[in-house]
Amino acid sequence: MSVTTGHSQARRAQTERANAEREVIVSRYTGLQRVNHWITAGLFTLLGISGLAMFSPYLFFLTGLFGGGQATRAIHPWLGCGLAASFFLLFIRFWLLNIPNRDDVLWMLRIGDIVRNKHDRLPPLGKYNAGQKGVFWSQTALIGIMFCSGLVIWDQYFFAFTSIEQKRIAVLAHSVAAIFSIAIILVHIYAGLWIRGTTRAMIRGNVTGGWAIRHHRKWFYKQAATYGEVRRDKHGGH
Amino acid sequence: MTDYTSLDIVQRSASTEQPPTIRTKTEVAKLIDVSKCIGCKACQSACEEWNDLRDDIGENVGVYDNPHDLSAKTWTLMRFTEYENAGGELEWLIRKDGCMHCSDPGCLKACPSPGAIVQYANGIVDFVEENCIGCGYCVKGCPFNIPRISQEDRKAYKCTLCSDRVAVGQAPACAKTCPTGAIMFGTKEAMIEQANERIVDLQSRGFDNAGLYNPEGVGGTHVMYVLHHADKPQIYANLPNKPRISALVQLWKGGFKIFGLATLAMATIGGFFHYVTAGPDEVPPEEEIEAADEAERSK
Repeated sequence: MSVTTGHSQARRAQTERANAEREVIVSRYTGLQRVNHWITAGLFTLLGISGLAMFSPYLFFLTGLFGGGQATRAIHPWLGCGLAASFFLLFIRFWLLNIPNRDDVLWMLRIGDIVRNKHDRLPPLGKYNAGQKGVFWSQTALIGIMFCSGLVIWDQYFFAFTSIEQKRIAVLAHSVAAIFSIAIILVHIYAGLWIRGTTRAMIRGNVTGGWAIRHHRKWFYKQAATYGEVRRDKHGGH
Repeated sequence: MTDYTSLDIVQRSASTEQPPTIRTKTEVAKLIDVSKCIGCKACQSACEEWNDLRDDIGENVGVYDNPHDLSAKTWTLMRFTEYENAGGELEWLIRKDGCMHCSDPGCLKACPSPGAIVQYANGIVDFVEENCIGCGYCVKGCPFNIPRISQEDRKAYKCTLCSDRVAVGQAPACAKTCPTGAIMFGTKEAMIEQANERIVDLQSRGFDNAGLYNPEGVGGTHVMYVLHHADKPQIYANLPNKPRISALVQLWKGGFKIFGLATLAMATIGGFFHYVTAGPDEVPPEEEIEAADEAERSK
C-alpha cells in the first residue's frame, strides 16, 4: 500500500512538473463581485455574532465585542439594513445563474457520491451546482424573512406599526430564520474549505481549469467557447 | 412576624446561576378591591411622587383615563369602563392597571440580558435598568401589556411594587395613599384571606360572580384584584381572562433556544468529522491536463 502511494506521488509530481507551463486558469468572479460578496460576508458575520448574543444567555458575553448590550442592540438592525442592501446586489448579479435545471436533480440524487468525493457518476454542471443554488435561494428567502421581521421588532422606529402579537410572531420567525441561515452559511464556508481550489475563486477571482472541469464542466466549456476567458497562465498558475 | 423585606433574588433573567435559597420566603401581594375604588387617581399621584416621575402633559379627548396609557413615566393608571349590566344598569368599572408581578413572569422569561429583570423572594418582579439593553423583548413576553420602553434612554420601565419601600417594611406608595382602602398590601396569604371576606360580602349584596383575580396561568400574581364580575375580567378594560405567557414566546425562549444552538453545533461538528473521514476534495492532475488540452483545442 505504501509502495503504491509512493509511486503515485512520484507520478503526480512528474505530471505536475510537465504540466506546470500548460496550466489553465479560468476567471470566475470580477473584482466588484468579490467585494460585494465579502461585504455581505462581513456583515453577516457581525450580524450573526450580535444576534446570537441576544439569542442565548450562554452567548451574551459576545455583546462585549460591540461595546455592551445597549450598543449591540442598537447596532444590530443597522447592520441588518446594510446586509439587506448588499445581499440585494448579490441577488441581482447572480439570480439568473441560479435557476434550477434538470442537472440539479441528478446531482442531488448523487449526493452520497459527492460527500465521498466521488465524481465519476456526476452530471456535468453549469456555473453552479444544486448545493450552491440551494444556498443562494435559501439565503434569499431567509434574509428576506429576517429583514421584514427585523423591521417589525425594531422598536426604536417601528414600534407603533404592529401589534404585540405580530411582534411575537416576528421575533420567533426572526430567530428561526437566523438559525437556519447561519447553519447554511456554516455549510457554505465548509464547502469552500473542503472543495480544494474553491476559495481562490472568491479571493483572487479565478480557478484552475482542472477545478472548472471537475466541478462545473459545462461552465468551463461555455467560458472557453463564448468569452475566451480560459487562458494559459505563463507562470504556471498559483 | 414573618419577614418579607428580603431582597434575595429567586429568578434572574438570562442567567444560569443558582440563586440564594437559605432563607424562607414570604410572598407579598397588593390587593386592589375594584368594588371600593372611586377613581380619584390618588394612587397615580402617589406613584409619580414616590418614584419621581413626571409624565408629559397630555390632551383631553373626552375620556377619564389620564394619561391615555401606561408609559415609561406612568407605571400605574386608572382605566375607566362604562359597562351596562344584564339588568340594563350602568356600572362604572374602574381598574387600576399596572404590573401584576406574576409568579411566572413572561417579561423575565423573554429578557435576553442577564440580571435586567429579577424576581425577589417576596415575589416582586423588578426591572434593573442598569442591565437593560432596550430590546423590548419584555414587552413581547408580558401577557398584560405592561412594560414600556423609554424614548429617552431606551430602557424598560414598569411598576416596581415600590420594592424600595417594601424592602424597609413600608407599603407601596399607592396602597399608602388610597383614601378608600381599595388598595391593600400585606403577605399574599393575608391578602387572599382579606379578599375572601370581601367576596362573601359582595356576594351577599347581589354580586353573585364576585371573585378574586389571581390567574393560575402565570402561576398567580402578586397584584390581585377583587372583581364584582370575576367571571368576565375582560369587561374591566380588557383585563385578560386566562392570561398566560404566549405560546410563541414559550417556543422562542424554550425549545427553540436549545434546538437552535444544537443545530449550529451539529453543523460545525458535522463539518469537522466529514473532513477527518472523507477528507478534502482535490483536483487530480489529470483533470488539469484535460483542461489544458481542452483550452488548446478550443482556440
